[in-house]
Amino acid sequence: MINIFEVAETNKMIEEENLDVRTITMGISLMDCVSSDLSVLKKNIYEKIYESAKDIVKVGDEIGHDFGIPIVNKRISVTPIATVGSAACKTSSDYVELARTLDEAAKKVNVNFIGGYSALVSKAMTPPEELLIKSIPEALSVTDRVCSSVNLGSTRCGINMDAVRLMGEIIKKTAEATRDNDSLGCAKLVVFCNAPDDNPFMAGAFHGFTEGDKVINVGVSGPGVVKRALENIHGESFEVLCETIKKTAFKVTRVGQLVAKEASERLNVPFGIVDLSLAPTPAIGDSVADILCEMGLEYAGAPGTTAALALLNDNVKKGGVMASSSVGGLSGAFIPVSEDQGMINAVNAGALSLEKLEAMTCVCSVGLDMIAIPGDTPDTTISGIIADEMAIGMINQKTTAVRIIPVIGKGVGETVEFGGLLGYAPIMPVNKFSCEEFIKREGRIPAPVHSFKN
Amino acid sequence: MKRAIITVVGKDTVGIIAKVCTYLADEKINILDISQTIVSGFFNMMMIVDITDITEGFGKLQDDLSRLGEGIGVNIKCQKEEIFEMMNRI
Repeated sequence: MINIFEVAETNKMIEEENLDVRTITMGISLMDCVSSDLSVLKKNIYEKIYESAKDIVKVGDEIGHDFGIPIVNKRISVTPIATVGSAACKTSSDYVELARTLDEAAKKVNVNFIGGYSALVSKAMTPPEELLIKSIPEALSVTDRVCSSVNLGSTRCGINMDAVRLMGEIIKKTAEATRDNDSLGCAKLVVFCNAPDDNPFMAGAFHGFTEGDKVINVGVSGPGVVKRALENIHGESFEVLCETIKKTAFKVTRVGQLVAKEASERLNVPFGIVDLSLAPTPAIGDSVADILCEMGLEYAGAPGTTAALALLNDNVKKGGVMASSSVGGLSGAFIPVSEDQGMINAVNAGALSLEKLEAMTCVCSVGLDMIAIPGDTPDTTISGIIADEMAIGMINQKTTAVRIIPVIGKGVGETVEFGGLLGYAPIMPVNKFSCEEFIKREGRIPAPVHSFKN
Repeated sequence: MKRAIITVVGKDTVGIIAKVCTYLADEKINILDISQTIVSGFFNMMMIVDITDITEGFGKLQDDLSRLGEGIGVNIKCQKEEIFEMMNRI
């Protein structure tokens, strides 16, 4: 039977080291809502979301209470709206109507975010997909809880550079449209290469076409737990370091598996995956950068950071994969800047640059995340940053993403405050040299040679 | 059998175990295992209890125990056992 020390260890992780379940995300297919009549489509979407998810918050809170573990967020992801609305939406304004419907449904069932205002355009855009992308600035400025994502490339298809160019403009327009809130709209907008169908984390969650009617995906967290475990093995060998991370990741993921199984049973919705990510928050002691420092770096960004992050990411996966019956989503270590106090400290100390972050994204689980840049950064430069990140994902057969915030009216040296889980961020300098002519070329970057696996 | 873990942490004082056990007896909850240590003057206790036959819901049990703890000046938590099993057993 369980002994007092095991109980004490688990409760210490929860009470002192910020162990929590970051999100229970219900994926809902909207394919059966499709209609060529916009008002019918809106009604169908609202009703399907309400009927499917009306109990998610109550059940999530009950599970948290039963086991004594905080379940921070309850969320919804839906089928990419570009496709759902393709028969009914003739203009970008029609798509904005759908965004409002999603927002209303999210508020009705009281989830804090709903993801899936999305288009998957890794090879080319259909006219409705282009309409949705062009509607993103308005959609994110007139809604509170809607999150948007666009998949711009994949290892199998290459990179859609027309969409990359367009997204540079859209990110800037979204920043302009939400300038009164420090360009907050861009915090709810992410572009991907190799986007997973089952990601429970925002802003990039959508219910992919490979999924069933409904699914429960759970994202765990726990950077604080890993850091505390590493404090006890100061100066030990890499072997000990890796073993400690694996054991800790195993325990953290087991909590996610338990919560996912319970949520699935209580909501009568199939269990999908556990996303075993280390997702930091601005809370002290809940930082991925602090783990890197605990490994022996003065600051995140110092030489050795990429190696330390690679080690962390790989061992989180190795430890976590046995703890769950099905692992998916993004799974690994997130390295957002604004949501991680250690990252903010590193930027303020001059230890961490955008270029070093880009290198880190080669080995982390996602990409350039929650990075504030000057509001006067040209659209083409943003597209260039995106293209670089997409190329890393395409060539390395991994998910990469960009969630970058050009803060209108602010420049390097200033700080932007997003509040809550999104935190605050120092505005980082961007390379001033132009990539305009490169970005203005039309078409796509073809799939890499290692995509031909048939 | 459904089991829960009750943990009591706080400053040591007379009658902590007695009060918790009396409450559990009144509620007809059987204690399966009990262990206790004192760490630098702080009382640490863990009980494994059988909650198969509780009638008024697990939430009420949690709330009652929490309130009982407040009365004694200690922190009492009650959690379903699975979270500890999952984390510590393969």
